[in-house]
Amino acid sequence: MAGYSGLRILSEGLRGNAGWRPAWRKPEPRREYDVVVVGGGGHGLATAFYLAEMHGITNVAVLEKGPIGLGNTGRNTTIVRSNYLLPENHDFYEHSLKLWEGLEQSLNYNVMMSQRGVINVFHNDAQRNGAIRRGNAMRLAGIDAVLLDGPGVKAMCPLLDISNGRFPVMGGLLQPRGGTARHDAVAWGFAHAADARGVDIIEHCEVTGMIVEGGAIRGVRTTRGEIRAPKVGLAVAGSTSLLTEMAGFRVPIESHLLQAFVSEGLKPMIDCVVTFGAGHFYISQSDKGGLVFGGGLDGYPSYGQRGTLREAEHVYAAGVSMIPALGRLRGLRSWAGIMDMSPDGSPFICRTPVRGLYMTAGWCYGGFKATPGSGWCHAWTIARDEPHPLNAAFTLERFREGRMIDERGNGPFHWMH
Amino acid sequence: MLRIDCPHCGPRDEAEFTYRGDATVVRPGPDAGIEAWDDYLHLRDNPRGWTVEWWLHSAGCRAVLKVRRHTVTHQVDAVAVAGGRPGTDRA
Repeated sequence: MAGYSGLRILSEGLRGNAGWRPAWRKPEPRREYDVVVVGGGGHGLATAFYLAEMHGITNVAVLEKGPIGLGNTGRNTTIVRSNYLLPENHDFYEHSLKLWEGLEQSLNYNVMMSQRGVINVFHNDAQRNGAIRRGNAMRLAGIDAVLLDGPGVKAMCPLLDISNGRFPVMGGLLQPRGGTARHDAVAWGFAHAADARGVDIIEHCEVTGMIVEGGAIRGVRTTRGEIRAPKVGLAVAGSTSLLTEMAGFRVPIESHLLQAFVSEGLKPMIDCVVTFGAGHFYISQSDKGGLVFGGGLDGYPSYGQRGTLREAEHVYAAGVSMIPALGRLRGLRSWAGIMDMSPDGSPFICRTPVRGLYMTAGWCYGGFKATPGSGWCHAWTIARDEPHPLNAAFTLERFREGRMIDERGNGPFHWMH
Repeated sequence: MLRIDCPHCGPRDEAEFTYRGDATVVRPGPDAGIEAWDDYLHLRDNPRGWTVEWWLHSAGCRAVLKVRRHTVTHQVDAVAVAGGRPGTDRA
C-alpha cells in the first residue's frame, strides 16, 4: 500500500527514500469509458474521485490538455469559506467546507487545510447591518459566524489600520472555520486518491470536439484520438464556452481575468484571512511567508491569462489603505486566471441540453473553496442523471425561469459579480 | 493594457474606459418572448478571438464606443461611436 503517513516518512527515511512512487499513473487513454471528465483541475479530479468513492464508478478518464493543476487550481488565493447570505449558496458552500474538514483523511494526502478564520471588515452602518444580516442567515443554517467590533478585529489582525481617516474599520464578520488550503496539494491529493481507485488521469490530451448523436453525447475527440463514453462531465472553468460551442449550445458565461499576487517572503504577520470592505481586496499569508492577495476582475472578457497594471494598482492601493505596513513590501509574482463569470455570480452544476453531458462551471472567482463540494455534486448529478438537492438550484435554465441566485444583487451583468 | 483610439479624443489608455458589455447581442422587442430575452440578457458566444464590445469613455468624452477587440491578444483594431459600424474611421 502506497499510503502516506508519518510512519512511512520515517521508514522511507531509514531506507534512503527509495520506496516512493509517483502519486498517480500516466496511463494511455483507452477507447471507451463509462464517464469522461474533461478538465484535470481541482473540480474535474474531485468529480472523478467522488464518482469512484461515492458511486462505485471507476471506469473513468480525466482528460487534461496540459499537466494537471496548472489552470485555475494553481492560480487562486487558496481561500476556503462558506460565509454566504443566500440559502442556495451557503448550504452548498457549507457542505463543501465540511468536506474540506475531512479531506485529508478521505484522500490520504496533506492538503495543508488551515482553519485560521476569515474576517470581512466593514466601515459604516449599512455595511455593518449587511454583515449582521449575513451572519444571522448563516447561523440559522448552522454555520459559524461571529460579529467583531473594531478592537476585536484589531486583536486578530494587529497590523490593520482601524482608525484610517477615510475608511475607519467599525468591525468585521468572522467565520472562524474559514481559512486556507494548499492549492497544488488539493489537485495532487485528488489525483492521487482518484488514481488509487482506478481512474485514468490522462494529461496532455486536449479535447478538440464533442461527439453528439441524436441529441445525446457519445464521447469526445481529442489530440490523442477519439474516446467514447455515454456520459461526459465538463469541469473546465473559463473554457466552458469553447466546449459547449463544440456540443452545439450557448451558455450564460463570459470569461474574465482575475489577478492574484504574492509578495516576498516575510516573518508571520497575518495569521488569518482578511478582506477589505471599502475596496475589493483580500489577503492571507502562505506557510512559506509570502503574502497572497487579490482583488476584483480586470473588467473585460479575456482568455489571455495575464492581467493589466490598472487592476494591479487598485489592488496594491486597497492593500496599503487597509494595512499600511504593506507599503514597504515588494511584490514577487502576479498572474491571472480565466474566470467563468455567470450573470448572477452563482455557479452551474447541472445537466445540459445535450443528454449525458453535464457540467460544473460558472464559478466566477469563488471556485477554489467549492472544489470538493463541486466534485461531490457533479459526481452525484452524473451518476444519477439528476441533481442532488444541494445543487438543484444551480441550473442553466434559472435565468429564463426568473430564479437568479444573485448574492450581490447586481443584475445580469457577468463582469460585475 | 489596452489602448483604445477614441473617435473624439484620440488614442487613450484603458484606465479611462469602462467595459459595458457584449455588442454582438441585439435587444429584442418588448413582446419577443422569454427565450429571446434570456438569449439577449444572459447567453453569450464568449469567443476566444475577435469580438465586438461596448466601451464607455467614462473618464473622457463620455461617449459609448463600439470596439472590436481580440480576447487573447487584447489587440483593438476598430473603434466607432455607438450607432456607427465598427471599422468606420474616426469622424
